[in-house]
Amino acid sequence: MPRRAWVIAGTAVGLGLAVLAAGLSLAGYDAGAALAALWTGAFGSWYAFTSATLVRAVPLILIGLGIALGFRAGVFNIGAEGQFYAGAIAATWVGLHVGAMPAALAISAVWSAALLAGACWVAVPVGLRMRYGVLEVISTLLLNFVAEALVSFVVQGPLQERQGIYPQSDPIALSARLPFIPGTRLHVGLFLALGCAGVLWYLFARTRWGFKLRAVGAGPRAAEVSGRIDSRRVTAQALLASGAIAGLAGGVEVTGVSYALYQNLSPGYGFTAIAVALLARLHPLAVVAAGLLFGALEAGAGAMQRDAGVPAVAVSVVEAVVLIVVVIAAAGVQRIGLVGAARARRRAA
Amino acid sequence: MSGLEELTAGFLAAAVRVATPLLLAATGETVTERAGVINLGIEGMMLAGALAAALGASAAGPWTGVLAGIGAGTALALVFAAVVVGARGDQIITGTAVTLGAVGLTGMVYRQAYGTAGAGLNLPTLAALPVPGLREIPLIGPALFDQPAPTYLAILALPIVWWCLFRTRAGLMLRATGESQAMARAAGVRTGLVRAVATLIGGAFAGLAGATLVLAQVGTFAEKMTAGRGFIAIAIVVLGRWHPAGVGLAALLFGAATALQFLFQTLGWDVPYQLFLMLPYGLTLLALAGLVGRVRPPADLGRG
Repeated sequence: MPRRAWVIAGTAVGLGLAVLAAGLSLAGYDAGAALAALWTGAFGSWYAFTSATLVRAVPLILIGLGIALGFRAGVFNIGAEGQFYAGAIAATWVGLHVGAMPAALAISAVWSAALLAGACWVAVPVGLRMRYGVLEVISTLLLNFVAEALVSFVVQGPLQERQGIYPQSDPIALSARLPFIPGTRLHVGLFLALGCAGVLWYLFARTRWGFKLRAVGAGPRAAEVSGRIDSRRVTAQALLASGAIAGLAGGVEVTGVSYALYQNLSPGYGFTAIAVALLARLHPLAVVAAGLLFGALEAGAGAMQRDAGVPAVAVSVVEAVVLIVVVIAAAGVQRIGLVGAARARRRAA
Repeated sequence: MSGLEELTAGFLAAAVRVATPLLLAATGETVTERAGVINLGIEGMMLAGALAAALGASAAGPWTGVLAGIGAGTALALVFAAVVVGARGDQIITGTAVTLGAVGLTGMVYRQAYGTAGAGLNLPTLAALPVPGLREIPLIGPALFDQPAPTYLAILALPIVWWCLFRTRAGLMLRATGESQAMARAAGVRTGLVRAVATLIGGAFAGLAGATLVLAQVGTFAEKMTAGRGFIAIAIVVLGRWHPAGVGLAALLFGAATALQFLFQTLGWDVPYQLFLMLPYGLTLLALAGLVGRVRPPADLGRG
């Protein structure tokens, strides 16, 4: 990343934490104790770093990559939360039925189901946009609520645990659970996230499709006229891929962390990942770093709630400030391409 | 009253009650979007309005709560306007950020004010104010004229907003800004100011909507209690074609979709309640798809 990007990222995060501290003090909390708990929960020990921070970074990196991919093509996928849940539902359902398979096969089956479910969930907004011109901002957003209601339904209906008491599913088969990295609770899904980041970097930087994607994102009309690119097709592909990755993240969470489906499985990963993608300026390798940072924040939030009595949801203030700083910086220089892309896209529509 | 008539009247009354906060938020968002600003932050502004209303009401009565709600919504709208109009930030992302921030802030304040147990608030609420005479009209009487004050405000706001938007010079300037900021500016309109004011009006309405939710409907505050109503309000604006009359009808449609739940419960039909949680969102998507080619948003909507 160029130096300016580091400055913006540093400012955004620093300011976010400052606003959080100020807010906590104003609301009457012990801000010092809260921030100390935040730090300890995220980086206090090797165990905290691997088993709290990195575990939460995995879904953030994956979803962040998906969102970055969409943004690159100029589409706003604000529905990653819903796609994540769609993936988690499919993963749980398949995961309950793969007990007889060897682990590699079982995990592949579960992940494929999650990937597919995420893609199917976003296929609705894709279809609505292609066929009817409904803005994906609104449709993806609304589908988040449908997905949450769907989770609530299946964990009290078809997928409820055998005794029928708790609103959650039975645990998935042992063969579908990811192995841990020794000495931690960190599952090997981390390598999938890192691998995806590498693949996306290669796609963006080195392939025809990546070039088309960026061209459409920079200006769909220009891409069509001068590059003879079918921008509708590229846009649809980007949105589908974006949803598929978010769905996969749901599958990874079920196979590596929760082993079961329940409500509030995600503490808002789908929204936090928007901040991850934008802070990383849509660069796949930077998404890894930003995902780590926000993973630390999520991990610290849990500790903050336990040890300092501050509700974990308070850290979304940091996410909000980060988004706003990044947006202002982008508007000032328009180098991020995002704002310009969105504007050009709307002009073309 | 016969059983059927009673059932219908109850259904209509519930539909109007549920529709009120949606209508208020959507009316404000109509003004904002007519000026060319799409504000996804109204979800957060509703939430902030709801918490402020709860705090204000428990301190000094329901009407203080209403004012506090409006104030909180407007204050957040000021932040949104500063970023979007002042710094020309992207509207969609800024709106998402404002909503996220409001979720965090309300969570913090709520926990501090009411402790971890929370919920069991005993708030002074806004009672129904029956309009003498009109209340006796069969069916629609109880639905429209036996409601708490915010419902009357919401209904009165529709013609007022219509008149301001389409019959005044200020309204013309506002719509011109939404259609083409550049041309409006060339014609001497201070477009930045217009957009900022339109955003603040939208925020005030959203805050009032949140206050209504707490003080006239639910009677308590809970974390994330708006549950996407702000986003539904945005969909209602599209569905109502950016016109107060259409917005009124669309909001009522949503109220009816939610009120179906109560109707089914009364009738003893066993349908999973989650279906009703999905219904308004699914209905919006269907309705948006059905409007193909027949609606046109303000041409400069979303552009900095």
